[in-house]
Amino acid sequence: MVSIRSIPSTPSSLTPNDLPWIIKHNEERCTLCGRCTSVCPVGAIKLSYMRKRMPRIVLNSSERGSSYKTFVGIRQRTDPAHRCVGCGSCSMVCPNEAITPTPNSNDDRYRFQSAQKGEPVKRGGRRNVPGASLLDRIIFNRISMLTDPALDAGRHEFQLNTLLGRVLPPEEFLRRKLAGEWIPPVREIFPFIIGSMSFGALSPNMWLGLLQGVAYCNEVLGIPVVMATGEGGCPPWVLKSPFLKYIILQIASGYFGWDEIIRAIPDMQCEPAAIEIKYGQGAKPGDGGLLMWFKVSKLIARLRGVPEGVDLPSPPVHQTLYSIEESVMKMIQSLSMAWDFKVPVYPKISGSTSAKAVLNNLVRNPYAAGLLIDGVDGGTGAAYNVSMDAMGHPIASNVRECYLDLCAQGKQNEIPIFAAGGVGKNGNITQNALALIMLGASGVHMGKYIMQAAAGCLGSERNRCNVCNIGLCPKGITSQNPKLYRRLDPDQVAQRVADTFMAIRTEMKKIMAPLGRSQSLPIGMSDAIGIEDKDVAERLQIQYIC
Amino acid sequence: MCRLALKTANEPFSPFEVLQAMEAMQEGYDGSGLGLLLRGLEFIDFKYNSKNPVLSGIAHTEKALHRLNDFMQNKGFELKYDHEFDVDISRIEAGDRHKYFLRVYKQPSPWADFSEQKIENELMLTRLALRRDGEEHNGDLTVFSFWPDVAMIKEVGWPLGVGKALGLDADRIKSRVCMAQGRQNTNWGINLYACHPFFIQGIGTMTNGENTAFIPIKDWLTGTHYPGYIGYQSDSEVFAHILHYVIKQLGLPLEAYKHVITPLKTEELLDHPQGDFLLGLRNVCRRLIIDGPNCVMGTLPDETCLLVMDAKKLRPSTIGGKPGEWAMASEMCGVDAMIPDRDRALDFMPMREHTIIVPPDRQEIKIWSQFDQFPQPQAA
Ligand code: SF4
Ligand code: SF4
Repeated sequence: MVSIRSIPSTPSSLTPNDLPWIIKHNEERCTLCGRCTSVCPVGAIKLSYMRKRMPRIVLNSSERGSSYKTFVGIRQRTDPAHRCVGCGSCSMVCPNEAITPTPNSNDDRYRFQSAQKGEPVKRGGRRNVPGASLLDRIIFNRISMLTDPALDAGRHEFQLNTLLGRVLPPEEFLRRKLAGEWIPPVREIFPFIIGSMSFGALSPNMWLGLLQGVAYCNEVLGIPVVMATGEGGCPPWVLKSPFLKYIILQIASGYFGWDEIIRAIPDMQCEPAAIEIKYGQGAKPGDGGLLMWFKVSKLIARLRGVPEGVDLPSPPVHQTLYSIEESVMKMIQSLSMAWDFKVPVYPKISGSTSAKAVLNNLVRNPYAAGLLIDGVDGGTGAAYNVSMDAMGHPIASNVRECYLDLCAQGKQNEIPIFAAGGVGKNGNITQNALALIMLGASGVHMGKYIMQAAAGCLGSERNRCNVCNIGLCPKGITSQNPKLYRRLDPDQVAQRVADTFMAIRTEMKKIMAPLGRSQSLPIGMSDAIGIEDKDVAERLQIQYIC
Repeated sequence: MCRLALKTANEPFSPFEVLQAMEAMQEGYDGSGLGLLLRGLEFIDFKYNSKNPVLSGIAHTEKALHRLNDFMQNKGFELKYDHEFDVDISRIEAGDRHKYFLRVYKQPSPWADFSEQKIENELMLTRLALRRDGEEHNGDLTVFSFWPDVAMIKEVGWPLGVGKALGLDADRIKSRVCMAQGRQNTNWGINLYACHPFFIQGIGTMTNGENTAFIPIKDWLTGTHYPGYIGYQSDSEVFAHILHYVIKQLGLPLEAYKHVITPLKTEELLDHPQGDFLLGLRNVCRRLIIDGPNCVMGTLPDETCLLVMDAKKLRPSTIGGKPGEWAMASEMCGVDAMIPDRDRALDFMPMREHTIIVPPDRQEIKIWSQFDQFPQPQAA
């Protein structure tokens, strides 16, 4: 071996084979159009000039022995900051199918170099655990065969909606009705809710497309879909529009956007669907919201009432939080009061072993309209990787425990539990959601799924893309940069939203009909589900099947 | 498949008439059992005071019967009449039937001061205590009902055969209301408690079809911790308990039952004269929505009878008769067998929105539709 002193080796030196994604580039086909390099969100590839020596044997000493040739090609950068994220934008724009990212089948070395400048990895997306989720493994096995003509999913009428809001015990309802007292507001909605994604996290085009799709579902298709804003408010034109009734406004610990909302109350044409108080998020429990400076554009800054281009971290807890009981009570009551007790107000918490304690506190709060639990597989626009991968509680057992707890108290109809976190992670949205509903959820929230289904988000649990935090979303979904978000046509997003909900509606019928259910959403129909894992079956109190 | 027959008449009649209707409908069921509920009782050898409670059930061993006697005595009940069935035990499939009891008791004297509600509660708790006693002793004591003017019989076997084995064809016992159902619940294994009709505090119902929303409904009823909401060996027991809940606990009129188990759709309620109230009722009673197909028949303490269809209307049922005498059955031939001399043109097959009510005077039936005005002042 020869010692080469000039080898460019530092502790963070990597080769393409050490990276999570390796670019395969076919020089034969490359026309050097340069589209891939200009589209790459992270600058992972570059057009390079290279020179190679062309050795030649010469007998005549007047000639030089070798000549050199220059050539041009695409090369992958290997420094951690510019690693390829596998988004595939380069292949999407390549006119000649000359370039594509491939996942590294070896263990990459990048993971040991990802912390640079003392900062651990931040990203968007979900917990990076690929493969079938527990929800994917639950099947519906109580096929109604004994005495019934099977229901026809195509012809029968199905009641698919759920209730969002505090429901009184029947005796109390009758008493209040007779006495003319306040009855808590209840919304009849489709059990698949577009989960909270903020107007800062999403691009304006994405947000508009979602809202258009939601309005179409409600007004044309008759599917009462609602969507939740994340923290960060809502554009004023929406607040003052009749579309507000399809929107769940979120208030979180930074109270971003609430100046605008409160100011718009006198001009509102209708009430919002509900108010969600965010206490926690499944993807990053114990962490506040985070909008990184890249995404704080002029518009976002105005909506949130902050200067442009600064990081916007929300505190992990509400400043009012002395105890969860006190905080929940104060906030639920103040927000109920803001809309004259006509809008359901409910908290969102991250999946946790302490979820039951929060729930039981809500049971005793007469204004609490429900509980949303966001499990460990929930997505986010920006968080530390460690929070996403290692913190939280899976949703299935959390929901089940809470539901059974309510059953024991006979209160399961009073406080609806909504489930979120990895619903539809592998595309099985209806199956996952109905499994959760049969475990006791009144409905599900889906964020990442709708980004994937309605806007073609490229993110995956193999850590593909997941750069939502830096405002360079290659699809224009989570970027505030007009050059990027103009890629996304709101009309097409709306069309996909409608397609998605229509398909969900059909799939719901295809699951419910064989179970003999059509008259109400099968909440808590735990006799209809089973799993091929004894321990899980025991924990969830469902059937073990094999 | 269950077959159902109910007859109600001003003149007491033999339960055997209804069993013959079951026979007429035999093609549709497996004849694995019989459940009977008689109300408005008349005995050939005893002048019955209809205020006194009747205890119905089976003592499977002599020991159980002794325990029963001791229990009732200790509670202060005085035995007034012990109906002796003319049993031909060889015709009964099961081997452990020591005694079918149908006994009239006089209530303990301190009860004279009790409110009606308290008495009703005590009667139910007494029945439940006896049931529990049986369950704690290997099921040697089965108690179906303990209520004034109501008798119940449940047994495994071909209905007509069971009737003959118990001597019901001898006219020794008659009633003004008789409901019969012809199957042991095969979904849940043979258990006498799983057989319809189901009974709670004077309210009895029987159902055909399958209620696929059973588990969530059961979970909710159990969660009320009301002592009588137990059992659930059959998915149909919840129908009786929901009716009890609506009438007794919520104090709503009979018409509310249909609005609870099969509420109208939102669009329909928005057009309904009491839509606001009914929408609210639907929300608060949401866990009691059944998922049929079912046809529910029932009787109430005042001898009112009812027939309710589920919202899918995938089950047939017919009611027919004449003033003073009405019959309902899951098949039209059952009605024919019970009241052949009626005007068939006036028979009625209820649809998804209907509740048929036969009032205690039995002069005419009320066909009530869910789209009609809801008869509740508070709803207005
Ligand atoms: S896959 Fe995406 S990140 Fe990787 S080189 Fe292509 S465009 Fe850049
Ligand atoms: S496509 Fe956009 S939203 Fe999806 S993972 Fe990539 S950056 Fe995030």
